[in-house]
Amino acid sequence: MSDTPNPAPKGQEFEQILDQSDTKVASFELKHHTLLERIQHVLHNNPTLVPVIVLVISLIAFGLIAGGKFFSAFNLSLILQQVSIIGILAAAQSLIIITAGIDLSVAAIMVLMSVVMGNLAVFAGVPSGIAILVGLAGGVGAGAMNGWFITKVKLPPFITTLGTWSIFYALLLWLSGAQSIRGQDIDTEAPFLKFFGASFNLGGARITLSAILMILVFFVLWYMLNKTAWGRHVYAIGDDKEAADLSGIRTDRTLLSVYGLAGFVCALAGWASIGRVGSISPQSFYEGNLDSITAVVIGGISLFGGRGSIMGALFGALIVGVFRSGLRLSGVDVLWQVFAIGWLIIIAVAIDQWIRRVSA
Amino acid sequence: MKTLMTTSALAIAMTAGAAYAETSACLITKTDTNPFFVKMKEGASEAAAAKGIELSTFAGKYDGDVETQVAAVETCIASGAKGILITPTDSRALVPVITQAREAGALVIALDTQFEPADAADATFATDNFKAGVLIGQWAKAKMGDDAANAKIALLDLNASEISVDYQRDNGFLQGFGIDIKDPKDIGDEDDPRIVGNDVTDGSPDGGRTAMENLLQIDPDINLVYTINEPAAAGAYEALKSFGKEEGVLIVSVDGGCPGVKDIAGGVIGATSMQFPLLMASKGIDAIKAFAETGEKPQNSEGLDFFNTGVELITDEPVDGIPSITSAEGLKKCWG
Repeated sequence: MSDTPNPAPKGQEFEQILDQSDTKVASFELKHHTLLERIQHVLHNNPTLVPVIVLVISLIAFGLIAGGKFFSAFNLSLILQQVSIIGILAAAQSLIIITAGIDLSVAAIMVLMSVVMGNLAVFAGVPSGIAILVGLAGGVGAGAMNGWFITKVKLPPFITTLGTWSIFYALLLWLSGAQSIRGQDIDTEAPFLKFFGASFNLGGARITLSAILMILVFFVLWYMLNKTAWGRHVYAIGDDKEAADLSGIRTDRTLLSVYGLAGFVCALAGWASIGRVGSISPQSFYEGNLDSITAVVIGGISLFGGRGSIMGALFGALIVGVFRSGLRLSGVDVLWQVFAIGWLIIIAVAIDQWIRRVSA
Repeated sequence: MKTLMTTSALAIAMTAGAAYAETSACLITKTDTNPFFVKMKEGASEAAAAKGIELSTFAGKYDGDVETQVAAVETCIASGAKGILITPTDSRALVPVITQAREAGALVIALDTQFEPADAADATFATDNFKAGVLIGQWAKAKMGDDAANAKIALLDLNASEISVDYQRDNGFLQGFGIDIKDPKDIGDEDDPRIVGNDVTDGSPDGGRTAMENLLQIDPDINLVYTINEPAAAGAYEALKSFGKEEGVLIVSVDGGCPGVKDIAGGVIGATSMQFPLLMASKGIDAIKAFAETGEKPQNSEGLDFFNTGVELITDEPVDGIPSITSAEGLKKCWG
């Protein structure tokens, strides 16, 4: 050891083994990621991907089972038309659910405001435009009432809207006398109420204005949620209200605006529903609130708040519509349609839970 | 649930106060939304006021709300009601609780919907729903004439539970039209090729529209539409209109609500079978009055296991051999 000439020592003794040490920069472990984990990761970053995939698969599946009757431009546009009202409600519901709330009163607000518009325009002789404005303002008021109870009286959203559901429903029965307003009366007195029922042909498809309204509502809300400070605040509140509060977001004011906006969207759905249904019936859409929650959940928006894209609810509503139409055209009994939708909900939430565990 | 409990509590307070002096009675309807039951309540309240009977009214929150109806019957038993008029929201589920009511000495009369078994109640005052269906079926057959052999029929029913009103009207219509209905308690077991399909509407216009659209997708040449009630018929008409097919398609229905009768005049519905909720309620009150005074119970109509309160065909295009009245006459008798 001593006869071989040593190169000049490169510093102190303990530094001499520096060369043997690991030279890699600190990094996350990248290997041993299975395919499943990678899928999980992708889905976590794009929660809307699940409903899109389900929609595409179910379209193909029903196209194969039910054939040309299902997979025609006309039938597909019909499905779009059939889901338009519940779709708009689902957009309002998504806003609330993203804040980690829930709104059981959406359908009651919608039908109540359609009755308000109808009573004013058909029976009281108020010009249609003003009747509609009153209805839309009423929607904002009803939504803000929910918001006020939740933010100022500090009631949980579930309880608040369970209560206001009954309140709005009773008002609706009182205002309508449990009577429907006939389509022909609307045609002669206030045809503008049926504006969103108008349609035009595009190739083999028939597009109604209510379907266009639905898509428009989703795009506007998507923009507001993703491209404005207000929208980011909404997500922040849904994710962690305390933290949002501490970081200077005026959480109560934002929440109030969310409920007011949701009420407005519900009233808009009420206007559109007059065109879709043709008459105004207090018995319509009794299960609309649950249908809207179904669409939101199938659309991959987390019921725990703060996660999911509002576009998911659009796809969720479409999936339900595709299932209903596809099963119907395959000649399946109604109760199996109900059965299938039930499974869709369970599977959707199960997938959501699995995606949430991505970091593990 | 909270609102229901407060209304029941209120009703206890009201009936308890009156129990000493007068005969008290209860009216329990399926819902407060359907104008049919709203009218029934009106009829019962008027008759009760005229006969000096103290009447408490209850209603389920939605069709099929068994819990609320059970609670209402229990309230009536507790208040010592002499008679209970009820439209059972579930023909079987309410049998135990009304048996208790009868054991407690109350006269129980089913209105509009029968119990299963029918003799679970002391009497039933109802529309013969099968007959109501037969009338519109016969009318449609006569109206179509030779084309009836090539009819393409859409059947718009109530919901997946297939309750008695639902299968009686549906099968009555088919039998009246001359179709082999097989099991008269089953919907959709027929194999006649003229039937395009069944779908459910929840008895509402939005349900009627969607159901009609779905069936038109199966066969766009449907030319005869049976509907469970007139709101569903109005929805079906909207669907036909959006397909550009409102001409040449016959829509028939059952109920006799005023908007429905106006739809006959407006050419939306071809014919409807009218029923009489006011009569059911007022006869029910009469029976309770008689029972309280003499202990006598009402009798069934001959050959039926219920008292038939009658049904009339309303149409502006009468056909030979089937008695009917016009929409103008119908408008004087309609309910709601």
